[in-house]
Amino acid sequence: MDKFFNSVRLNSDLCKGCINCIKRCPTEAIRVRNGKAVITKEFCIDCGECIRICPHHAKVAIYDQLDLLKKYEYTIALPAPSLYGQFHNLEDINIVLCALKRMGFDDVYEVGGAAEVVSELSRDYIKKHREKWPIISTACPSVVRLIRVRFPNLIEHLLPIRAPVDIAAVLAKRKAMKETGLPKDRIGAIFISPCPAKVTAAKNPLGNQRSEIDGTFAMKEIYPVLLPYMKEVCKQPEELAISGKIGISWGSTGGEAGGLLIDNYLAADGIENVINVLEDIEDQKFEHLEFIELNACNGGCVGGVLTVENPYLAKVKLKRLRKYLPVACNHLEQPVGKEALWDKPIEFEPVFELGESIEESIAKIAKVEELIEKFPGLDCGCCGAPTCKALAEDIVRGVAKETDCIHVLRQYIHKLSNDLSMLDLNQGGLKNENRKGTDSE
Amino acid sequence: MSEVLRLQYHISNSDFTRAGEASSDVKRKLKQMGVDPKVVRRVAIAMYEGEINMVIHAEGGQIEVIINKSEIKMILSDNGPGIPDIDKAMEEGYSTAPDNIRTLGFGAGMGLPNMKKYSDSLKIDTKIGVGTKVTMVVKM
Repeated sequence: MDKFFNSVRLNSDLCKGCINCIKRCPTEAIRVRNGKAVITKEFCIDCGECIRICPHHAKVAIYDQLDLLKKYEYTIALPAPSLYGQFHNLEDINIVLCALKRMGFDDVYEVGGAAEVVSELSRDYIKKHREKWPIISTACPSVVRLIRVRFPNLIEHLLPIRAPVDIAAVLAKRKAMKETGLPKDRIGAIFISPCPAKVTAAKNPLGNQRSEIDGTFAMKEIYPVLLPYMKEVCKQPEELAISGKIGISWGSTGGEAGGLLIDNYLAADGIENVINVLEDIEDQKFEHLEFIELNACNGGCVGGVLTVENPYLAKVKLKRLRKYLPVACNHLEQPVGKEALWDKPIEFEPVFELGESIEESIAKIAKVEELIEKFPGLDCGCCGAPTCKALAEDIVRGVAKETDCIHVLRQYIHKLSNDLSMLDLNQGGLKNENRKGTDSE
Repeated sequence: MSEVLRLQYHISNSDFTRAGEASSDVKRKLKQMGVDPKVVRRVAIAMYEGEINMVIHAEGGQIEVIINKSEIKMILSDNGPGIPDIDKAMEEGYSTAPDNIRTLGFGAGMGLPNMKKYSDSLKIDTKIGVGTKVTMVVKM
């Protein structure tokens, strides 16, 4: 698979070529060209901000459709903890889990359960790798993708443990193989995801050769399907839940860090805030932190673009749900071993470089500076680039031209019309002189 | 096509909200140039410390950054009070920053020591009552 695969796409029929998305994209990956948005996939980190902002719903996330369930003999739902925060008046997680079985899954394996295993592995890793402090969380795939292209100095700080959903898939399949005797390829582990970044991570993981996740459903698609089944099962739900407080807490910001049982951590959410924090960590502006939890979405996973509930309300609901749960229900005696660790180190991808060599780049940046002087600095977006600076960079990259700027174009037309009128005047003058000449004769 | 890039920054008076903008811009440009990430980090830290010093002690000034394929030179000039005792200022933890600055988390006395630590050469020309010019070079 293409290493820059992403799952945020454009529906060109709906795109009106407005500039809302180019302004919101944190990596300046979008341009409007010929009246339609274009995503540069090398720059895109799948954060979904453009999906959130697009007033015409032209930005979409790809994910699997429900008929995927037919492809496998035995299917297991892997619900993210953020799913539980979507429902009103939910008092028992088992109701959601039973409803998932009613809607067609053969079994359910809570991602929260695997998250508790990750918490335990992380505690151990942090303790043993003091030299790598601060350790940076790798649970949010958008953040990992961002670090891969923009923060080369921070790659060594990444926590090299697979995300809870990946470990859930491994454990769920192992359980299913034991219970059913089926081979692994006939068992489908399907993630109920809050965001497109996790769709990408399942198809094209960073840090691992491949993922055990066989498909990803969007929470917003599952939500209406589940509601009627939840009503059916709410009287006497089967006991299926396997996660405690720590597991459920992963659904919102600070939950992962909270599960480490340390005080010396930082938790930031919202992609702009995440970028600011990463810039400052890179410049060593704060040291002596053990762990940094970063979530691209406001509020953490409950704020994912494929969720239906307001993230802050969802957070409160998760808090209520976990109130009477034990701290953790999963421990490392369930052997996960090497499968829980990364098997493919992440490498820096310098996609934002302007030239092939330093000399070439110096010349190009000098040209960018020169161009910026010509532009009005309004960052109006009319050229299709988010800022005047981005347009200047596009020009030196050879994908845009100066007259894409309407202000430059206006000056150009102004000059052209002046020249024309001068020409006209000169010719008129000539004619008059000629006439004079003829008159005198 | 030029092979040397000259960048000019004006550092404004005592504005902490804007302090760091110049070093961030240089960092971004160096990354776009494909400069070794470790070098980028050293430049960013050394320049940020210098920038903050100009804001704390000298009410702003000018920074010129000259980049060629072998080195990055940063010239920080201010019209501040000057440094009375350079040796003392170079000591880790020594600071003349006033209390209100320290409460902001600055003034830990690591500015100049860090600038020395992260650059390959550091030269300070200072005159009491006239100003200070700091020249730092980081090799590629």
